Amino acid sequence: MSDIEMLEMDDVCIKENEMYYKPSTLTDTPMHYCPGCGHGTAHKVLMEVVEEMGIENDIIGVAPVGCSVFAYHYMNVDMQQAAHGRACAVATGIKRCYPERFVFTYQGDGDLAAIGTAETIHAANRGENILVVFINNGIYGMTSGQMAPTTLPGMVSTTSPFGRDVATMGHPLKISELLAQLPGVAYVTRQSVHEANNVKRTKKAFAKALEYQKRGLGFCLVEIVTNCPSNWKMTPLQSNKFVTDKMIPFYPLGDIKVPEGK
Amino acid sequence: MGEIKLMKGNEALSEAMIRAGCDAYFGYPITPQSEVLEYLAIHAHARTGMVVLQAESEVAAINMIYGAAGAGKRVMTTSSSPGMSLMQEGISYIAGAELPCLLANVVRGGPGLGTIQPSQADYFQSVKGGGHGDYKLIVLAPSTVQEMVDFVKLGFELAEKYRNPAMILTDGAIGQMMEKVELFDQMPRKTEYPDWATNGKPKGKERRYITSLHIQPELMEEINVRLQAKYAVMEEEEVLCQTHYVDDAEYLFTGFGLGARICLKAAEMARENGYKVGVVRPITLFPFPKKVYSELADKVKGILDVEMNAGQMVEDVRLSVNGKTPVEFYGRMGGIIASPEEIYDKFISTFIKGEK
Amino acid sequence: MAKVIGKIIIDIEHCKGCELCVESCPHDCISIADTINAKGYQYAIMVNDHCTGCVNCALVCPDAVISVYRKVVREPKPAKIKEVEIS
Repeated sequence: MSDIEMLEMDDVCIKENEMYYKPSTLTDTPMHYCPGCGHGTAHKVLMEVVEEMGIENDIIGVAPVGCSVFAYHYMNVDMQQAAHGRACAVATGIKRCYPERFVFTYQGDGDLAAIGTAETIHAANRGENILVVFINNGIYGMTSGQMAPTTLPGMVSTTSPFGRDVATMGHPLKISELLAQLPGVAYVTRQSVHEANNVKRTKKAFAKALEYQKRGLGFCLVEIVTNCPSNWKMTPLQSNKFVTDKMIPFYPLGDIKVPEGK
Repeated sequence: MGEIKLMKGNEALSEAMIRAGCDAYFGYPITPQSEVLEYLAIHAHARTGMVVLQAESEVAAINMIYGAAGAGKRVMTTSSSPGMSLMQEGISYIAGAELPCLLANVVRGGPGLGTIQPSQADYFQSVKGGGHGDYKLIVLAPSTVQEMVDFVKLGFELAEKYRNPAMILTDGAIGQMMEKVELFDQMPRKTEYPDWATNGKPKGKERRYITSLHIQPELMEEINVRLQAKYAVMEEEEVLCQTHYVDDAEYLFTGFGLGARICLKAAEMARENGYKVGVVRPITLFPFPKKVYSELADKVKGILDVEMNAGQMVEDVRLSVNGKTPVEFYGRMGGIIASPEEIYDKFISTFIKGEK
Repeated sequence: MAKVIGKIIIDIEHCKGCELCVESCPHDCISIADTINAKGYQYAIMVNDHCTGCVNCALVCPDAVISVYRKVVREPKPAKIKEVEIS
C-alpha cells in the first residue's frame, strides 16, 4: 500500500465515518458455519436489531438442535439450547414467566417444520408473544444433507438421492403460509439474506417483529430462505444463485400476514 | 399447626405446589392425575399469580419446564406413566443442563397404554434414568396424602440445592384417595434468581447460557464427572428411610410408597402370629438407603420385597444386601394392589415353610 | 464537487473467502487474495479505490468481518488547473 493510500485510510477509517461495524451483540467467537452460509448473516442481522433497539439486557434466545445449536456462542445475549424441535415450547416457558422480556427462537426447517411441528403450531395458535426465526434451506445441514420437510420437489439430498419424489416422500411443507391462518399469529414474513437488499429487508422484518412483540400483538415468524453450500454441494455463489433461481420461486418472498391496520 | 383439610392426593399435591411459591406449572391431562391441572386452573393464578398452562403434549410441557427453570423460576409438572415416558427426553436435557425442577409421576399400570389403575412399574424409569445418558433424579416416594404435601416442599428444596430435577414417584391410588392433611403456610414466590439463570443478560456482566451440549469429549467427560460427584454427595447426605419394628426383627418386609404401607400392615399381622417382622421403607429411591439394608442384612434371616410391579426395587435391595441374606420378591402387576394377607401368606410359604 | 471516499477493513484472519462480498460490490473493489490466512482460507482483499462505502459487502458477509467507512470530501473547484494538466 502506498503512503498516500495509508494516509487516506487513517483519515477515512475513523469512528465518525463508520458505516458498518460488527454489532457488540455478537461475541468475538468466530462462527463455525461453512463459508458463505446464510446462518452467519441471519445471526448478524438479528443481533444488529437487538443492539439498535437497545434490548440486549431484556432478551432471551432459544437455539435448538441444528447447525445453529451453537448460536449461544455467537449471540451475546442470554440463551438456552433446546432439544430438537422444542424451541417454541422452551420459549413459551420463558415468556410466560417473563412476559416483559423479549424472547426469540432460532430454528432450522427440520427442527421447526418436521420434529417440532406440534410445538410450533401450538405456540402459534396460543398466540405466544415470541419471535420465531425460521431458517429454510431445504435440507438438514447439521446431519449433513438429508431431506428436510422443505426440500424442493426433485431436489437431491442424501436421503432422496434420486430427487424428492413427492408421490412417496410428500410435498414440501410451506409452514409460513400454514401458520398465517391461525388467529394467534400476528406477523409472518418470508425474507432472504443472499443479496444486500434482501439483508436490509430481513433486518426491517426483525425490527418489526420485535416491535410487535413489545406491543404484545402475538406470534411473529420471520422465515429466511437461505442456502446450504456444503450440503447442496455448491460454491457459496452457486448456492445463492440456486436460492434465486429455485428456492425463491417456490418460496416467494414478502409479507404473508401483517397485523391489522399495518 | 397448619391448616387441616380432607384432600385427595392429587389435589393435596396441587395445593402444596401453590403454597410452596411455585412460579409455573405446565402439564397435560392424563388419568390418574388430571386433577392437578384442574385444581391449579381454578386456584393457582388468583392466589399467587402462578403461571398455569395446559400444553399440547407432555413433550411440550417438559420443554416449557426446561425454559422456565433455565430462566430461574420454581417450576413443576406432573404426569402419569405414558406421559412420563414422553417427557424422558426433556428430563435428560434438564438433568444435563442441571436445572432444578420438580416432577411428579402418578404411576399407572403398563406397559403401553396399560391401565389407569395404580402401579409402581416406573421405578426403573425414575431411578435408573429413563432418558439417555448418565444422570439421576432425586426420587421421593410418598406413601400417604400427607407426604404428597410434604414432598412438594422437600422436592423443591432438594432440586434447588443440587440444581437437579427431583421427582415425586407416587401412584394412582395415592393420587386418588382422600386423607387428612396438614398444610404448610403459604410461602412467598421467588424474587431473586441464581446467577446462572437466563432471564436477560445483566448490565455490565457476561451473558449466560443453558446447554447440555459439549462437543469436546474431554469437556463432556469433565461434566459427567461433576454430575457423578454431585450424585455421590446426594447419596451421602440426602438418604431418607423409615423403619418399623426392626430392633428385634428376624425378617424384613420392604417396599416403597403405597407398597410399604401394605407391608406395615402385613408385618403387624405377622407379629400378631408370633413372627418378628420389621419393615424398611425407602423414602428416597435415589439416593437409595443402601447402608440401612446392608446393616440390617447382618441381623435378619430374610427379606421379602413387595412391589406393585414385576420386581424392580428388589434389584437395588439385593445389591445393597450383597448376598448376606436371602431376598425374595412378591409383586402384583397391571394395576392390582397386593393385600396384607397375600404378603403374609407369601412370607409364611417362603421363609417359614421354605417353599419356593 | 463532493467526492465520496469509501474504505473497508477486512478482518482477514476470520474471513472464509466465500466471495459473497466480491459478488456484491458494485465497483469491483474486492477480490480474493492469492495467499491464505491461518485457517487456510484465501481471504477477501480490497483491490482498488473505487469504494463508495455502500456497505453491500458488509451486509452480505456471513462472518461480519468487514467494517465500512465513508467520508464525503468537499473539494474546491480548481477546474482550470485540471484542464492545464490534461492538455
